[in-house]
Amino acid sequence: MLAQASVLGMFDPDRSKEVVNRGNPKTWQAFSTELRARIEDDRASGGAGIRFLTETITSPTLIDQFNSLKAELPNAKLVQYEPINSDNAMNGARAAFGSAAQPIYKFDKADRILSLDNDFLSGFNVAYTNDFAKGRHFSEEKKEINRLYCVETTITITGAKADHRLAVKPSQMAEAAKAIAKAVGVAGVNSTYTDNAAWIAAMAKDLQSAKGRSLVVVGDNQPPVVHALAHLMNAALGNVGQTVVYVEPFAPNSERSQLDQYRELIADIDAGKVKMLVIIDGNPMYNTPSDLRLDAARMEKIPFRAHLGLYSDETAEYCHWHVPSKHFLESWGDARAYDGTAGIVQPLISPIYDGHSAYELVQLFFKENFDKKDLDIVKAYWQKTGITPAAASKVAPAAVPTEPTVNAGEKTRATADPAEKASPAPEAKASPAPAAAPTGGTAFEDNWRKAVHDGFIPNTAATAKAVTASAGFLSQPTPAPNGSGDLEIAIRPDPSIYDGRFANNGWLQELPNPLNKVTWTNVGLISPKTAEKLGINQTRDVREQAGASEGTTFFNTKGGNLFSDQVRITYQGAEVAEPVAMWISPGQPDDTITLHMGYGRTRAGNVGSNIGYNVFNVRRSDALDAGFGSLKALGTTEEVSSTQTHFNMEGRDLLRSWDVNHLEEEIKAGHQHNEIDKSMFPYEEHQATYAKNHKWAMTVDLNSCVGCNACVIACQSENNIPVVGKEQVGRHRMMHWMRIDAYYGGEDLNNPDGPHFQPVLCQQCEQAPCEVVCPVHATAHSAEGLNDMTYNRCVGTRYCSNNCPYKVRRFNFMLYQDWDTPQYKLMRNPEVTIRSRGVMEKCNYCTQRIAAARIASEKDGRAIRDGEVMTACQSVCPTNAITFGDMHDSNSAVAKTKQDHRNYNLLNELNTQPRTTYLAGLKNFNTEMPDYKAPAFPAKEASTKEEKTGGEAH
Amino acid sequence: MQDAIEERKLHPAMVEGDHDFGTVSDRIGDLTLKKRTPFFWFVGFAIAFLVAQLLMVTILYLVTKGIGIWGTNQPVGWAFPIINFVWWIGIGHAGTLISAILLLLNQKWRTSINRFAEAMTLFAVACAGLYPVFHTGRPWLAYWLFPYPNTMGIWPQFRSPLMWDVFAVSTYATVSLLFWYVGLIPDLATLRDRAKNPIFKKLYAIFSWGWRGSARHWHRYELAYLILAGISTPLVLSVHSVVSLDFSVSQIPGWHATFFPPYFVAGAIYAGFAMVLLLAIPLRHLYNMKDFVTKTHLILMGKVMLATGLIVGYSYIMEAFFGWYSGSQYEWFMIKNRIWEGPYWAFYWMLMFCNVISPQFLWFKRFRESEFWLFIISIIVSIGMWLERFVIIVTSIQRDFLPSSWAMYSPTIWDWTMFIGTLGFFFCLFFLFVRFLPIISIFEVRTLLPQANVHGRPQDFDENVLEVEYTYDRTDPPNS
Repeated sequence: MLAQASVLGMFDPDRSKEVVNRGNPKTWQAFSTELRARIEDDRASGGAGIRFLTETITSPTLIDQFNSLKAELPNAKLVQYEPINSDNAMNGARAAFGSAAQPIYKFDKADRILSLDNDFLSGFNVAYTNDFAKGRHFSEEKKEINRLYCVETTITITGAKADHRLAVKPSQMAEAAKAIAKAVGVAGVNSTYTDNAAWIAAMAKDLQSAKGRSLVVVGDNQPPVVHALAHLMNAALGNVGQTVVYVEPFAPNSERSQLDQYRELIADIDAGKVKMLVIIDGNPMYNTPSDLRLDAARMEKIPFRAHLGLYSDETAEYCHWHVPSKHFLESWGDARAYDGTAGIVQPLISPIYDGHSAYELVQLFFKENFDKKDLDIVKAYWQKTGITPAAASKVAPAAVPTEPTVNAGEKTRATADPAEKASPAPEAKASPAPAAAPTGGTAFEDNWRKAVHDGFIPNTAATAKAVTASAGFLSQPTPAPNGSGDLEIAIRPDPSIYDGRFANNGWLQELPNPLNKVTWTNVGLISPKTAEKLGINQTRDVREQAGASEGTTFFNTKGGNLFSDQVRITYQGAEVAEPVAMWISPGQPDDTITLHMGYGRTRAGNVGSNIGYNVFNVRRSDALDAGFGSLKALGTTEEVSSTQTHFNMEGRDLLRSWDVNHLEEEIKAGHQHNEIDKSMFPYEEHQATYAKNHKWAMTVDLNSCVGCNACVIACQSENNIPVVGKEQVGRHRMMHWMRIDAYYGGEDLNNPDGPHFQPVLCQQCEQAPCEVVCPVHATAHSAEGLNDMTYNRCVGTRYCSNNCPYKVRRFNFMLYQDWDTPQYKLMRNPEVTIRSRGVMEKCNYCTQRIAAARIASEKDGRAIRDGEVMTACQSVCPTNAITFGDMHDSNSAVAKTKQDHRNYNLLNELNTQPRTTYLAGLKNFNTEMPDYKAPAFPAKEASTKEEKTGGEAH
Repeated sequence: MQDAIEERKLHPAMVEGDHDFGTVSDRIGDLTLKKRTPFFWFVGFAIAFLVAQLLMVTILYLVTKGIGIWGTNQPVGWAFPIINFVWWIGIGHAGTLISAILLLLNQKWRTSINRFAEAMTLFAVACAGLYPVFHTGRPWLAYWLFPYPNTMGIWPQFRSPLMWDVFAVSTYATVSLLFWYVGLIPDLATLRDRAKNPIFKKLYAIFSWGWRGSARHWHRYELAYLILAGISTPLVLSVHSVVSLDFSVSQIPGWHATFFPPYFVAGAIYAGFAMVLLLAIPLRHLYNMKDFVTKTHLILMGKVMLATGLIVGYSYIMEAFFGWYSGSQYEWFMIKNRIWEGPYWAFYWMLMFCNVISPQFLWFKRFRESEFWLFIISIIVSIGMWLERFVIIVTSIQRDFLPSSWAMYSPTIWDWTMFIGTLGFFFCLFFLFVRFLPIISIFEVRTLLPQANVHGRPQDFDENVLEVEYTYDRTDPPNS
C-alpha cells in the first residue's frame, strides 16, 4: 500500500527541489565545500563532534560506508532513531536469549497463529501477509485453513481478520501474555491476569495440539517482556526452526537500542559536544520523544546542521543546510527484505530535482573519492562483497518478470515492485542470465546485471542464528507502566500515513482507515461502553454502528458527514495541544483510548500540514507506546470525513462469512437461485454475443481478503483517480473506483464480530441497470461483457449512479484533476484518460491492460493467455484474493473459482448477473472457545423451498 | 323568478356585478392600457427581479465551477435540482388542466382563471426546464439528449426515461405556449383596438395577426382551440407520468413503484391548483377583479384541491402498504427509513401534515369560503408538494441496497439560491404578464354574461353559436 502510493510521493510537487543554505538556494558543490571544510576542522579529534542521525538503516552499502568511515573519523558517531522501531523486540530478545536477534516468521507453515498485538496483516509487510494467505487459502483441494487468535489493544485488520480476538488493555498485556505462556506450558511463569481464563485455556490447548505448526508473534509496541515470553512460548511449542527462525539483526549498532543511542546524542548536544549534526531522512524535530525532543534550543547549540530529506520539513527549517533527497524511485541503492535478502534498488527515472542520496552525502566524509555517485558507490560495494550467482532452482520462486504467470512470486519481495509497474523501467529487460556464471572479468558485471534485473541478490538471506530462550528474565521485575489518570492511552502508527512521513501524500490521506474509514485526519479511539460513560459521541445513532454522529443538520453547507465530539487529552501529565476528535471503535478495550501518530505536521507540505492532532508532543521516552491519561470533553464537535457511515449490514445477505465447522449447512443455505428466466431481455442473445468473445470476469475471495487497502491505492495509481480533499469526502464524493466495505457481523458492539471486509468495484453486470437509463449511451456494454464508460459522451445526468445498486460509480462533481501541475502530468498513467469535470467514471477491469494484452497476443498470433491480463488491484493483492480472467476458458483460474461452492453474486435478487462475484469469507472457529457461537440456519432454507414449489403457500 | 333562482343554484355566478360586454373589456383591458401602473407592481417586480438575479449568479457560478457547488453527492445523485424540477412541472399542470380538460368538459368556470393559470403553467415550465439542463455535469452538452443528426453518428438512448422526459417536457412546453397564445389572439386584437400608445398598438397588432373578429376568424379560432385542447389533454396526464417514470423505471426501493404515474399526476394537479389559488387571491384584490374571479371560483378550486389531496393521501398509504406487502426487505426498509427510523423522518411527517391533514379543512364550508384559509392551505400544500418530492427522491436513494454507501444529503447555499432564484424568475415573468397582457380572457368572460346567451342557457352556447355560424359561413353546399 505504501509502495503503491510512493509513486505520488516521488512526483509530489511539494518536494524540496534545491539545496538550501540558511534559506538561500545554493548548490551541492557549495554544500560539499563547506561540509568538507568543517570535517577538516574536526579531523584532528577524529570527528569527535560529528554525529549522523539516521533512521533504521538496512542498506548494506550504507552500513559499509559508515563502517569504512570509522577508519578515517573514528570518533564520529552514527545514531539511528525512528519513532517506530524494534527496540522492544530487540530488548525482548536480549532478555530471552542474552543477545539481540531478529525473528523471521513463516506464517505459511503455521496452522495456529497467536498474535499479541502484532498487526502483521496491515500491509507494511507484504511477505507475511502473503504467507498468511497461503495458509488461509481455501479450495476444494485444500480444506484445512489456519486459525488466527489475536490478543490486542486497538483493533487492527489483523484483529478483525482473527477467528478469535481478545481486547486487552495495554497495562494488562504483559500479564495476559504470562497467563497464555503459562497455559501453553512455559515453565516458571506466574500471572496475575485472571480474566478470560477459559478463553486462554481453550486457545492454549489448540496451540499445543499443533506443536511445531503454531506460531506466537508479538507487535513492536509491546514491552520487551512480552517479546521474551513469545520466544519462550515458541520454544515450548516447538516452533523454533519450524515456523520461526532467528537471525542477526540487519541494522548496525543493534546491541544498543535506538532510544539509548538517541538519548546519548541528546546528552552530547546538551553538553555541547556536538559540532556537526547530519540528519539523514528523518524528522527528529517532529517525531522524537517529547522529553528528549531535538528542539530549536538544542539545535542552536550545534554549530553546523545539515539535513537530507525529501521535504523541507520541520527539521529542515532549523538546519543550516538542507539537501533534497532523491526519492528511492529515482536513485540507486540497496536494501534488505524481511528475511535479509538484499535487493538492488534501481531508479525508474532520472532525478526530477537536484536531489542527492544518502550514499552520496556520506561519501562526502571520505578523504578520497568523495564525489562518487550512488550507482558507483553501490556497485563498488557489491563488487567488493561479490555476488554469488544463484543456483537455477533458487531463482524460480523469485520470478522473471517477463513471464506473466509468475507474478505471485514477485509479491514476496518487500521492495518497491508495484512502482515498477506503474512506470516503465528505463532499462531494457535483460535476457535471462545464463545459469552458470561465466568466468573472468565480466563475471561480476553479469551477476550485477542479473541482480539488478531480478531485483534481489541471491544467497543473501540471513542465516539462522542458534539461540536458546531462557526464562531467567522472569525473575526480573517488569517495569510497571507509571503515570496517573483514569484512562489508559495507547499510541499507534497511523494505518495510512504511518509515522507522518507520508503526510503529504494525498492518496494516503484520502485512503480510508481500513477499520473506521476515516480520511484526512486522525481520531481518538474509544470503546462504546467508555464513550457512554464519558458521554462522548452519544448523539450518534447506535444502529449505524459508526463511531460518530451522522448529524441531522439539513442546513449544513460545509460538508463533513460525521460529527465527533472534541476532547482534550492528557497523556502522562502532558496535554495534547490540539483537540482530539473521538471515534467510538468497537473492539477497543474499555477505559482505553488509542491515539494515532503522524498528524499535526506543521511543515509537511500543502497536503499534510495542520490537520489532526500531534501525539508526538506528548509521547515521552518512558511511555512510547502506552501510558495513562485523562480526557476532558470540550463540548465542541469536529467534522470528520469518512467514506462509510453505516457499518451495520441490516441483516442483508451482502457479505458472507461462513463457519468452517458448518460448511455444508452454509453452502446449502447460501445457495442462490439463478434468476435469468425472470429477465425481460433475452438472456441467450447476450450469451451468444459473449460466446464469440472473451468473457472477462473476476472473483474476490473474501476469505483471503484482509482489507489492507493495497488494491485501492493500486487502482488510484493505475487509473489516474484524483484526490478530492477532506471537504469533498465529507460530502460523500470520494472518487475511489474500488472501495473496501466494512461491516460488523452483529448488533453487539461491545463484543463486535468483525468488521468484515468486502472489496467492491464495478460488478460489470451483464444486465446492467446503469446502461438502460443513460440518455446518451455514454455507458454501454462491450462485446466482451465489460460495462464501458465513454467519458467523452457523458453529459453527467448521474442517472446511472442512482440506478447502480452497488453504488460503484463516481462522479466528477468539480474539476478534481489537476491539469496544470507538471509533476502530475509525468506521474499519470498515459494509457488512461484524465477525466474532466462533470463526467461519470468507474472501474472498467483495467481495460487498458486488456487492450495491451490483446495487442500483444495479436502480434504473436495467439489467444490471450490465462493470467496474461492482471488488473491493478489483482496484481498488488498480497493475499491473491482477486482472480481475473476469461470465463469461457474453463481451465482459467477465474472459471475454476466460479465453480467454488462459496461463490455468490452480490444482490443476486436484482438479477444483474454480475461478472464480479465473491467467495464467501470463512471463519475457522475453535468450537471449544467460550466466545464460539454456532451459526443458526432456520428460515433461509424454508423460504427457498417455498420459492421452489412456485409459491403454493399463497 | 323561481326559474332564475334555480338557475342560479345550478350555475352559480361566474361574473358578479352589473356587467355588459363593454364594461368587461374596460375593466380587464384598462389594466394594461389606461390605468397607471400601480405602485405595488413596481415594488413587487423589483423584488422579483432582484431575486431572479440570484438565479443568474447561481447559474454563472455553477457553470464556472461545476455542480459540486450543490450538496448532491454519491448516493444522492439527484437532489434539489430534480426536486425543484418535478415541483415546478407539477405546478404547471393546473394551467393545462384548466385550459384543456375543463374546456372539453364544458366547465364554464374555467374562463375567468384560465388565462393566468396558463401563464403560470408556461412560467413554471420555464423554471422547471432550467433544472434538467443545469443539473447535468456538462450543461453545454445537454443538447445531446435531443435526437438530431450528428457527425458522431449516434442517437440518444430511447430506452432511458430521461430521453422520454426531453420529449414530454418539450412537447408540453410547446403545446402550452401555443394554447396560451392562440387563446390570447382575440384579446390582443381588443387591446390593439383600444391602445393609445402607438408602440404598444403596433406590438399588439403584430401579435394579434390581423384578427378582426369575423365569423370566419371565430370559426377557425374555435376549431384550433378545440384541437389544441384535445392535444393538451393527454399531455396533462403524460408529462407527469413520464416524469414519474424517471423514478419508477429505476430499481431503487422507493422509486421503483408502478403506481407512480397516477400518483404524480394527482399530486401535480394538487400543487397546480394550490399555486393558482396563491396567484388568484391576491390578483383579484389588487386589481379589483372580484367580479370576474368570484368566490365561486375559489370554492371550486378548493374542491379540486380536496379531491386531488385525497388521491395523494391514498397514494401515501398505498406506498407504505406496498412497502410492507412486497415482502422485499429493501422496500420495507425504505418505508421504515422514510417514516420513522431514518434521519429524515421529520420531513415525512411534515409532508403528512401539509398534504394530508391540511386539505381536510376544505371539507368545511367555513374554510372553503374563506379566502384567508384557502390562501394559507395553498401555501401549506405548495410546501407539502415540495416535501413530497424531497421525501421520494432523497430518502429513497439516501439508503438503498448496500449500507456501506449510505449517506446523508444536505443542500448547500447554492441549492437554495437556485431554488429561490427560480421563484424570483417565475414572479418576474408573472409581473410582466399582468402588466402587459390581459390577465383574464376578455372575450371568454363576455361569453359568460347573460347577453351572450341569446340562444338559451349558457351551456348551450358553444354548440348553437358554432352551428349557426358554421352553416352561415359555408360556401359549398352542405350535401355535396
